Amino acid sequence: MERFITKENLIRLAEELTATCRVLAPVASCGTVTFRRFLPGMVLDMHSRMAAVSPKAATFPQTETLLTVKREIPEKKPEITETLPEGKNVVIGCRPCGARGKLIFNPVYETDKTKDPYYITRRDNTVFISLACDRPETTCFCHSVGSGPADAEGSDVLLTLVGEGYVARSVTPAGEEVMKSSLFADAGDKGKEADAKNVRARELMGEAHDYASAPAQLLARFDDMDFWQAQSAKCISCGACTYMCPTCYCFNITDDDLGLESRRIRSWDNCMSHTFTLEGSGHNPRPTKAHRLKNRVGHKFSYYPDLHKGVIACCGCGRCIKQCPAGVDIRQIVKAAQEYSE
Amino acid sequence: MNANPYLPDMATIVEVIQETHNIKTFRIVINNEERMKEFTFRPGQVGQLSVFGVGESTFVINSSPTRKDYLQFSVMRVGEVTTRLHQLQPGDQIGVRAPLGNSFPVEDLKGKNIVFVGGGIGMAPLRTLFTYMLDNRKDYGDITLLYGARSPADLTYKAELPEWTERKDVNTVLTIDNPSEGWEHKVGLIPNVLLEINPSPKNTVAITCGPPIMIKFTLQALKKLGFEDENILTTLEKRMKCGVGICGRCNIGTKYVCMDGPVFTYAQLKELPSEL
Ligand SMILES: Cc1cc2nc3c(=O)[nH]c(=O)nc-3n(C[C@H](O)[C@H](O)[C@H](O)COP(=O)(O)OP(=O)(O)OC[C@H]3O[C@@H](n4cnc5c(N)ncnc54)[C@H](O)[C@@H]3O)c2cc1C
Ligand code: SF4
Ligand code: SF4
Ligand code: FES
Repeated sequence: MERFITKENLIRLAEELTATCRVLAPVASCGTVTFRRFLPGMVLDMHSRMAAVSPKAATFPQTETLLTVKREIPEKKPEITETLPEGKNVVIGCRPCGARGKLIFNPVYETDKTKDPYYITRRDNTVFISLACDRPETTCFCHSVGSGPADAEGSDVLLTLVGEGYVARSVTPAGEEVMKSSLFADAGDKGKEADAKNVRARELMGEAHDYASAPAQLLARFDDMDFWQAQSAKCISCGACTYMCPTCYCFNITDDDLGLESRRIRSWDNCMSHTFTLEGSGHNPRPTKAHRLKNRVGHKFSYYPDLHKGVIACCGCGRCIKQCPAGVDIRQIVKAAQEYSE
Repeated sequence: MNANPYLPDMATIVEVIQETHNIKTFRIVINNEERMKEFTFRPGQVGQLSVFGVGESTFVINSSPTRKDYLQFSVMRVGEVTTRLHQLQPGDQIGVRAPLGNSFPVEDLKGKNIVFVGGGIGMAPLRTLFTYMLDNRKDYGDITLLYGARSPADLTYKAELPEWTERKDVNTVLTIDNPSEGWEHKVGLIPNVLLEINPSPKNTVAITCGPPIMIKFTLQALKKLGFEDENILTTLEKRMKCGVGICGRCNIGTKYVCMDGPVFTYAQLKELPSEL
C-alpha cells in the first residue's frame, strides 16, 4: 500500500495512537534527540541528527521485570508470577537501521529449542514506522552491512520525505493496518519522487565496504594481542558503545529485594566491562579491555555471521562511533584486521 | 524446562550435608510431583539455583539420573548467592532451572575403560558420571577414580569415600597435597599421582575436572601417558546467567558454554579460540 501523509497529520497520527498504544518517537531534549515515550503536545523531531539512543528499548527495554516473587517469610512458600509485557507499541520516525537492528535478535532469542517470551511478545506487538534517510551521516555505513538508507527490512511502514509530507509504504500487514487511518491521503505520483530521493541518498553514501573476509580475518587475529592492544589503546571501557547499539543484546539477570517480595530483573549488560565474565573463582577469561574489544568486534563481524548465515550483527548505524568518548571506530578496527595480512 | 526459560521450578531442600568448611551439598525435590517424576537429565548437565531476592547461580547436578529421589548440588561458598544458599535449612524453598547444557557422552563411553581425575569441587560433575557408571557397571570396562584435595578436610563426599575405596570393581585412589596425620592414602599432587598409577590409554577415556591449574598439569600428564586428545574430556566453567544461549555471556568465539558445553573433549578445546 502506498499513501501520503502530511507532517501535521503524522503528529496527529502519533497523538491518536497514544490512546491505544505506547508510542516511542524521537523527541529533542537538552540538545540531544532520543527515543522516548511520546505524549500529545510533545514536539516530534524527525529531521535533526539521528537519535543518540536507538529505538532498541521498544522491543528490549533497558530494564524489565521477568518475574515477581512473593513469600510469606523468607524462603518459605514463595509464589512466582511471570510478568509478560502487555500492550502495543508503535515506534515512529526511527531510521531504517534502527528498525533492522532488532532482526539481529531473532535467531538468538527464538530458536527451535528456546524462546524468549519477553522479547518475542514485545517484538510481535511493536509496529515500526521508519523514515528513510535523505542525508546519511559520515558515521553511517548501513550500505556495507547489507542494508541501505531506504531499506524497509524490519520496518512495518517506510516513510520518505517528499515536500511537506511523507510518502508512506506498508511493508507488513501491521503497517497496512496503521495506514488505514483517514489521516493518510492518496499519494498521487509522489511515489516517483520518493524513489528518486531514495536512490540519491544511497548514492551519497558512496561505495560500500566489503566485509566478506572479516569473519576469517578477525579470527586469524585472535591471538595477536599486540593488534588488539593497539586497537583498544584509546578505549576507556565505559560501555557507551554497547548501550547505544541497536544490535547489542547481552543482558544480566539480577534480583531486586523488596522485603517479602522480590523482582527478577533483566537489564542491558555490556561486554566491555571487566565484571561481565569475571568468574566466582576470581579468574577472568577477558581480563583486559583489549580482550573485551576483541570480543565485541569479533562477535559482530565474525562469530555471529559464522553462526547465522553470514549476517553481520551490526546495522551500520554508527552510534558506537559517534558516542564513543575516545573516538574508537569499529569500521577502522575491522578494516585493520582485514588488511593486516595483505 | 518450562516454556518460559527464565521461570524456575520451586523446589524444597530436603537435606544439607556439610562437606568441607566452605562446601555444602544440597539435596532438593521439585515441589510439583509430576515434574519431579518426569524430570530427566544426563550426567554433566547443570542447573541454575535461585535464592529469591538474591539471585541465581550455576551448579552441576551431581546426583545420578539413576537415583531419582532427589537432585543433588554441591556448592562452594564464594559470593552472594552461594553464601545465602549456605544459610538455608531443610524445608526452605529455592528455585531451580534444569537441566541445562550438554552432557558426558554416556552411550559412546560404553565398553571403554574410564579414568576419572577430580580435584576439589571439580569432583562434583565427576561424581554424577561415576555414580551413573557404578549403577550401570557392566556397560563399562575398568574404572579408575583418582580424587585429590589439598588436605583430608577438603575432601567432599566423605560419606561415600569408604564405599568407593572398598568396592572391588573400581580402583579408587585418594590423594592429598601434603602429609597429614592418620591419612592412609596417597600424598602428592594429582598429576604426579596420575603418572604413578600409570593407566593404559588403550581403549580408555580420561575425564578430568578441577581448578584450572590442576587441569593444565593433568592434561600434560595424560598426554605423557599417551592419551589421544579425543579421549580426554573435561568441563568448562564460565560465568553464566541465562543458561540457554541468549544473554551472550559465556561464549568462546562461536561456542556457548551453556549450550555447547560444559563438557568438551581436549580436541574440541584446542579448536576453540584461546579464551579459557
Ligand atoms: C557450568 C558450571 C558449573 C558449575 N558448577 C559448580 C558446582 O557444582 N559447585 C560450585 O560450587 N560452583 C559451581 N560453579 C561455579 C558457580 O557458578 C559460582 O561459584 C557461583 O556462580 C558464584 O555465585 P555467587 O553469587 O556466590 O558469587 P558472586 O557474588 O556472583 O561472585 C563471586 C565472586 O566473583 C567476583 N565478582 C562477581 N561479581 C562481581 C562484581 N560485580 N564486581 C566485582 N567482583 C565480582 C567476586 O570476586 C566475588 O567474590 C559452576 C559454574 C559453571 C559455569
Ligand atoms: S564507547 Fe568507546 S571508550 Fe567506551 S567502551 Fe566503547 S569503545 Fe571503549
Ligand atoms: S556496532 Fe556500532 S554501528 Fe554497528 S549497530 Fe552497533 S552501534 Fe551501530
Ligand atoms: S549463559 Fe547466557 S549465553 Fe550462555
